[in-house]
Amino acid sequence: MTRPGQSWGRYPQARQRIVPLTDRRQPLPQVDGSVLPYGNGRSYGDSCLNPDGTLLHLRGLDRFIAFDSASGVLRCEAGVTLADIIAIALPQGWFLPVTPGTRYVTVGGAIANDVHGKNHHGSGNFGHHLRCFELLRSDGSRQVCAPGEDLFAASVGGLGLTGAIVWAELQLRRVPGPWMEVESIRFGQLDDFFALSAQSAHSHEYTVAWIDCMARGRSLGRGHFLRADHAPGDAGRHVPASATPMAMPFTPPMSLVNRLSLRPLNALYYHRQRAPRRRDSVHYANYFYPLDGIGDWNRMYGPRGFFQHQCVLPPANARDGIAAMLGEISRDGGGSFLAVLKEFGEIPSLGLLSFPRPGTTLALDFPNGGPATFALLDRLDAIVAEAGGAVYPAKDARMSGRLFRSAYPQWPRFQAHIDPKFSSGFWRRVME
Amino acid sequence: MYRVLIIGATSAIAEATARVYAARGAALYLVGRDLDRLSAIAADLGVRGAGKTAVSAFDVNAYERHQDVLDAAWAEFGQIDLVLIAHGTLPDQAACEASAELALREFSTNGLSTIALATAIAPRLKSGSTLAAISSVAGDRGRASNYLYGSAKAAVSTFFSGLRQRLNADGINVLTIKPGFVDTPMTRSFKKGALWATPDRIARGIVDAIDKRRGVAYLPWFWWGIMQAIKNIPEFVFRRIKL
Repeated sequence: MTRPGQSWGRYPQARQRIVPLTDRRQPLPQVDGSVLPYGNGRSYGDSCLNPDGTLLHLRGLDRFIAFDSASGVLRCEAGVTLADIIAIALPQGWFLPVTPGTRYVTVGGAIANDVHGKNHHGSGNFGHHLRCFELLRSDGSRQVCAPGEDLFAASVGGLGLTGAIVWAELQLRRVPGPWMEVESIRFGQLDDFFALSAQSAHSHEYTVAWIDCMARGRSLGRGHFLRADHAPGDAGRHVPASATPMAMPFTPPMSLVNRLSLRPLNALYYHRQRAPRRRDSVHYANYFYPLDGIGDWNRMYGPRGFFQHQCVLPPANARDGIAAMLGEISRDGGGSFLAVLKEFGEIPSLGLLSFPRPGTTLALDFPNGGPATFALLDRLDAIVAEAGGAVYPAKDARMSGRLFRSAYPQWPRFQAHIDPKFSSGFWRRVME
Repeated sequence: MYRVLIIGATSAIAEATARVYAARGAALYLVGRDLDRLSAIAADLGVRGAGKTAVSAFDVNAYERHQDVLDAAWAEFGQIDLVLIAHGTLPDQAACEASAELALREFSTNGLSTIALATAIAPRLKSGSTLAAISSVAGDRGRASNYLYGSAKAAVSTFFSGLRQRLNADGINVLTIKPGFVDTPMTRSFKKGALWATPDRIARGIVDAIDKRRGVAYLPWFWWGIMQAIKNIPEFVFRRIKL
């Protein structure tokens, strides 16, 4: 269970007052200083933290309001998690239109970070499937925001700074059942990824690749390409238990992810599939949320926490930029457990600060090894800046304000919509 | 369809319990003070799979309305398989020490009203059904920090013990639920430690105890051991310690 007041990367640690809101009709609690909505704490860095301020804990707003099983329109409070939605919708033939790699984010958090999934090339972001939501502002007003409106564009991907999202209405998508038809293709180098991605974008709803980021030289960028679609339902198949089968019971004194463990783990992952191609029927939970199966997996990085680094590079510079980043990580040797690579589609984001944009996104995580890790991440940021790319605020704890402002040029327009009472550690950091 | 009546349905534990029954497709009749909150909860339970929901607002201290509210619930559902009495407040012990009037009102809310409701409900129940009430580990021994609440819950526990014996022959199970520390809006201002449980965990324990037709359920289970120890501290020692 996430303790309110922490982020998923467990860095930085912050002191904050926690004030819950459990009734959607109640006014915003009056507090001294600034306030920031907090859902289930699945953001990695400080965009969900408000050091020395107040966190408005909204996980208790977890009621469904209405669900039309004929049209798939769902209205629910902002603290409902994506897991809660799947639990009620999937048995009726509906699924999330877009989902990130964990189902334990709240609807409010999914909106505030305008999250994306492996179907971005066809379905865009979470925000594209919103019909409306209600924003509770510190002046006591409640505003129902719909696509096309300024406050909607500011709040989708708005990092919780435009007010507290109290409820939302979204359009779910039809699925035949809980199963996925997944094809896994092993590839030997980075160029193969781009070829497979271009080839699969039209034929498959979901595409993503896992990269061995310890590989060097001619194998640089080798990995597995996974493309998938929803499969017809089959009630006879074994459904894995939904309860968390295992969990990290405590935080080990040091990170279990380190120089000794990384190279064999990555190599093992690459070689675990012998055949160059494999087709499997996979349960949606294992396909979309492999890490949700290990409760509190963030603890394996030890007491100092870890960093995620997710960036997107524009198409023209994507290949060389990704190669440069993988080279940097491989040289450093302290690299990532597994790297995730995915091509975004052309669908323009609706939010002023939305992260997804045409190009290639690379996600990495690194145990917090102090100054050396910061230096490596700065070198990666320099490649991102050079390529004209962007780093994802939901997963950031240390990018420079300069990089943020150049990668999100609409920030001055966004700033006009910030609720004067709302702030976050992230926002103060990048505005310095 | 399994038919459930919950009194005090806006409490965090009651709401979490109602969700378990909603997922099983049960019919739920919700009673509480705040009609808007009851309606919001009923809508949520409907989406979660409840076969049917109905709500009714009333204050448990309005004793003269007890029969009417129960009549309405039985008229709506015909028969009821489970009644869960879950309402309660956490009285300010110091304020109760300063005002007998307040003390009696809190005793009424947490003790007498449950006894009155259970008395009116018992003759309506058929064989195979369950009457459950949320008491508290605080009712096992009076402590300086909250003995007004504790004594009201003690009255409920003892009353339910007797009622259980009486109704056993009729095939009606009477369940006393004794939660320990639960992280709810009622205990918002408390510092939370390892002994604290979530309403979801308590709800799973309640449903399990009802399914197994148990008589008394300490929730989570380890409170049984803690309370055995506390009950067995000799009075001459107990009076000197702070709890």
